[in-house]
Amino acid sequence: MRIGNFRIPMMASLLVWLVVWEIVGRLDLIFLIPPVTEIAQAGLRLVQTGSWQNASLITLRSFAVGMALAIAVGVPLGICMGLFKTVDRLMGMWVNMFVSAPLSALVPVLMILFGLGETTVVVTVFLFAVWIIVLDARAGVMQVPRSLFEMGRSYGASGWTLFSKIVLFAALPEILAGIRLGLIRGVKGVVIGQILVSVIGYGELFELFSRNFEMASFWALTIILFAAAMLLSALIEHFEHRIDYYAGARA
Amino acid sequence: MSQAALRQPPATEATNDAIVEVRGVSKIYGDVEALRNIELSFARGKLTTLLGPSGCGKTTLLKIIAGLVPATSGEIRVNDRVVTGPGPERAFVFQDFALMPWATVMRNVGFGLELRGVREAERKRVAQHYIDQVGLSGFENKYPHELSGGMKQRVGIARAFAVDADVLLMDEPFSAVDEQNRRKFQEDLLKLVEIEKKTFLFVTHSIEEAVYVSDRIVLLSPRPGRVSQIIDPKIDRTATPDEIRRDPGYLDTVENIWDGLRHYAE
Repeated sequence: MRIGNFRIPMMASLLVWLVVWEIVGRLDLIFLIPPVTEIAQAGLRLVQTGSWQNASLITLRSFAVGMALAIAVGVPLGICMGLFKTVDRLMGMWVNMFVSAPLSALVPVLMILFGLGETTVVVTVFLFAVWIIVLDARAGVMQVPRSLFEMGRSYGASGWTLFSKIVLFAALPEILAGIRLGLIRGVKGVVIGQILVSVIGYGELFELFSRNFEMASFWALTIILFAAAMLLSALIEHFEHRIDYYAGARA
Repeated sequence: MSQAALRQPPATEATNDAIVEVRGVSKIYGDVEALRNIELSFARGKLTTLLGPSGCGKTTLLKIIAGLVPATSGEIRVNDRVVTGPGPERAFVFQDFALMPWATVMRNVGFGLELRGVREAERKRVAQHYIDQVGLSGFENKYPHELSGGMKQRVGIARAFAVDADVLLMDEPFSAVDEQNRRKFQEDLLKLVEIEKKTFLFVTHSIEEAVYVSDRIVLLSPRPGRVSQIIDPKIDRTATPDEIRRDPGYLDTVENIWDGLRHYAE
């Protein structure tokens, strides 16, 4: 962006908002909004505490396990739905229902089923992430041009070869897009799960900070979480762009 | 059938050395009759074109011969063996190229060999030969989306040649190529036909293209697809492309086919 001859750096708008926040914070209008500088200090203090490191570890673990399960189940299921009409008919209704359902409402039920611990959080992450992964993998397989199947068959591929050499690669861009969207949903899942379970990980910290009105630490934690989610998404997106390059303009 | 064959000497000759035989093939999709009782034989080493208006089932017939689509009734024989599916003696060139967008030109051309388990060094050698043959030298490491439509189809043709099949099945290979390139393409195809000594089955809806490239033209009529006429253009292939296109025999054949097809166009 430019104003006159002056080129405004990319992060300028962020700086403006930070300054506004700082001023509002300094004015001491509401205790909910402490100055940015105070939040930064709280953040620095926070990351050095054992409780934060511990909570991060637990959060990362729940997230990683939940996502790994969601990908391990979601991608093959989506591919099967794309390939076989029977599977599609059998599962389509459920996937479409869950992909748009307010899953947070299910977490209390999960707590009854899986207890007040990490398992519930893992299952929450899984349930948040898996459906979009299924749908995108399915869409990826369904858009593979018929002629690519025919090409494979006419040159002697069948069954597994046809799938592993052609279908999988042709569907890869959509599969990756699904995983990226799944990751973003998974972050929501891990936070919502932990907050509702509220005795482990970041949920415990959020609970602690808000109960004791430590708003600076509360915001610091929120910002750390947002930044982590954005970073993760950017990482996958970068990977996707590289795949897209090879996938190219699909004829 | 035998009487008809006797009255047409060229046809008898052809059946003696027919590489592909279509016997009583019909195809019904749901309640649409796409092909009705097709009887044809394709001569070894010749380029035969299936020509007809859209909806005459010419692509369906080609895909049945390729073993990609099952016939409702009748059988296909290639080299005297009944076709039950795709086979290594047939290679297919697709209308939309059907290239793998994630693979280089080199890998695309060698893909048929890769599927047959040919080792990489050998695969590359053969692929390189046909990449050069179709005029794509220097593009080995490009990806399909970096190529023009015409170049993509050259990759498709090189891939079909690379597997050393006896019969090349080409489904409207130049229909997605622009007009300027198409002529060049047709001329190049004739050169390849000359060099490679293979049998070509060619599907097109362009009369000029059919007459220009074919040894024999099979005219199909639409809905249901039937063989309506068989034409052997008498054209001197040793002439230059421009001479052929001005040759009275060429022009008369185009005109004859036009007359035969006119009533379908209305």
